[in-house]
Amino acid sequence: MKRKIFSTVVFLLLSVVGIPEAVSVAFAQEPAETAATADPPAIDSGDNAWMLTSSALVLMMTGPGLAMFYSGLVRKKNVLGVMMQCVFLMSMMTIIWGLWGYSLAFGGSGPLWGNADYLFMNQVQARLENGQPYIPVFPALKIPMLTHMLFQGMFFIITPALICGAFAERMRFSTMVVFSLLWGTLVYCPLCHWVWGGGILAYGSQHAAVSAGGALDFAGGTVVHISSGVSALICALLIGKRLGIGSEPMPPHNLTYTAIGATMLWVGWFGFNAGSALAADGIAASAFCATHFAAAAGGMAWGGVEWVSRGKPTVLGTCSGVVAGLVCITPAAGFVQPMSAILMGLAAGMVCFLACTSLKKRFGYDDALDAFGVHGVGGTLGAVLTGVFATRAVWDIGEGKPLGLIEGGNVIFGQVVAVAITWVFALVVTFFLLKVLDATMGLRVSKSEEIQGLDLSQHGEEGYIFI
Amino acid sequence: MKKVEAIIRHFKLEEVKNALTEHGIHGMTVTEVRGFGRQKGHTEMYRGTEYAVDFVPKIKIEIVVADAEVQPVLDTILRAAQTGQVGDGKIFVGDLAQVIRIRTQEVDQDAL
Repeated sequence: MKRKIFSTVVFLLLSVVGIPEAVSVAFAQEPAETAATADPPAIDSGDNAWMLTSSALVLMMTGPGLAMFYSGLVRKKNVLGVMMQCVFLMSMMTIIWGLWGYSLAFGGSGPLWGNADYLFMNQVQARLENGQPYIPVFPALKIPMLTHMLFQGMFFIITPALICGAFAERMRFSTMVVFSLLWGTLVYCPLCHWVWGGGILAYGSQHAAVSAGGALDFAGGTVVHISSGVSALICALLIGKRLGIGSEPMPPHNLTYTAIGATMLWVGWFGFNAGSALAADGIAASAFCATHFAAAAGGMAWGGVEWVSRGKPTVLGTCSGVVAGLVCITPAAGFVQPMSAILMGLAAGMVCFLACTSLKKRFGYDDALDAFGVHGVGGTLGAVLTGVFATRAVWDIGEGKPLGLIEGGNVIFGQVVAVAITWVFALVVTFFLLKVLDATMGLRVSKSEEIQGLDLSQHGEEGYIFI
Repeated sequence: MKKVEAIIRHFKLEEVKNALTEHGIHGMTVTEVRGFGRQKGHTEMYRGTEYAVDFVPKIKIEIVVADAEVQPVLDTILRAAQTGQVGDGKIFVGDLAQVIRIRTQEVDQDAL
């Protein structure tokens, strides 16, 4: 019964998507009239080169970065399940982004959501203008719309992939697919629009009066980390704990993968954060530095806490600290100085350590791979600390107005409001989605499927065939 | 004939193998196993969750010997595998009903 519902849903979605696509391909797309006399906006080769490179780096963060980081942490029988989630999301989320995601996130600058301007890459892709080929350029930047779309699309991919950490080893693959499609459309795209598309949370936007002037979120503390982290928590609570947790040993089956994945995430994050400057300029350099320093400090902090409290620093702890530092600096990367970045990294390493150990133990939820503990908690910490350490010296986004507490500014109010709105929005919509999916398709695999392992039960494959 | 199973420390494999081949044993089967006797395991810590790992990795060597040869072979293994510390392992000796060489179908003593 549930299998039939899944097929019907997929068929309906494909029909809904397929018909308009056929229509749009059949008819020529005519853009609005452009002034024939003005010079077309220029593409800066340095900016474009950097942004295309950043896009590739961010994609690499999902696969192999996150795929390896997460898969090493699960049991051997579930290694492919994790990797499949990442690879499949890289594929599916890309298509969704190209069809309607980008338009929903970045079309126009309404308060709550985008528009249909960019459906099916209309006005983004190359076209003929006065009989000549023309590549649309993103307004106020020197990169093609295509480049901007691609870069943002990689964020659209990795955000649902992060949530997989919460329900690892027990989520039905088919339900995860539908969940990710809906979550991306209904949570990520609106939130992205609010923060980066000129909507209600965008700093300085006309719509930001409702949110204390909007928030500074350089590369996605709210859009990516808080949203995925908080949604992850709700997933973990609703799907329930893994069979045998607490009584059966479930140590990471291959920490070498996790270490390789974590270091790939570190390198890829330079695209994620420094690329969010959307140009190859001074802010990109500053963001790159802040990112790197925060990662380093995070690793030292988590590893250091373990060393002091338990006598041995661990690879898993140091890698987790690095990721925590990177998460924390994400909203702040292009707004804070290097020393502030070190402080933020240290804070993230220690706070996320507590979240993944004491907090989880205290409340007993099975957030299998600590998606909430690192991304939810780290993202929240980072968004708030951005309000502390942001400085005009790096990016004078307020055109003269002081920003962080350290220079007497008050953006911190906007930060807190944005954090609260993001938490509530992500929690409510995700809760609703999960409830509907649980009633129709079922969230969790059966007991025997879970014991057999997702690799065999969901994909009919084995990760390791040694003898 | 007797089947001799020796559970020994990992790093003793080369020494035991060389001692046995010098003694005249021409074949053996080796597997990696985990087990414990009196040797304690250790604890591992992963993000705040502690695991008590009781099983210790060891190597199991299996050889088949003619009845008359058993005691010298046991002495050879004991000499090579012993360190004097807890965890040196154990040897199990059991009767074996039959041995067949697959290629030539030789049986028992001829198959050794």
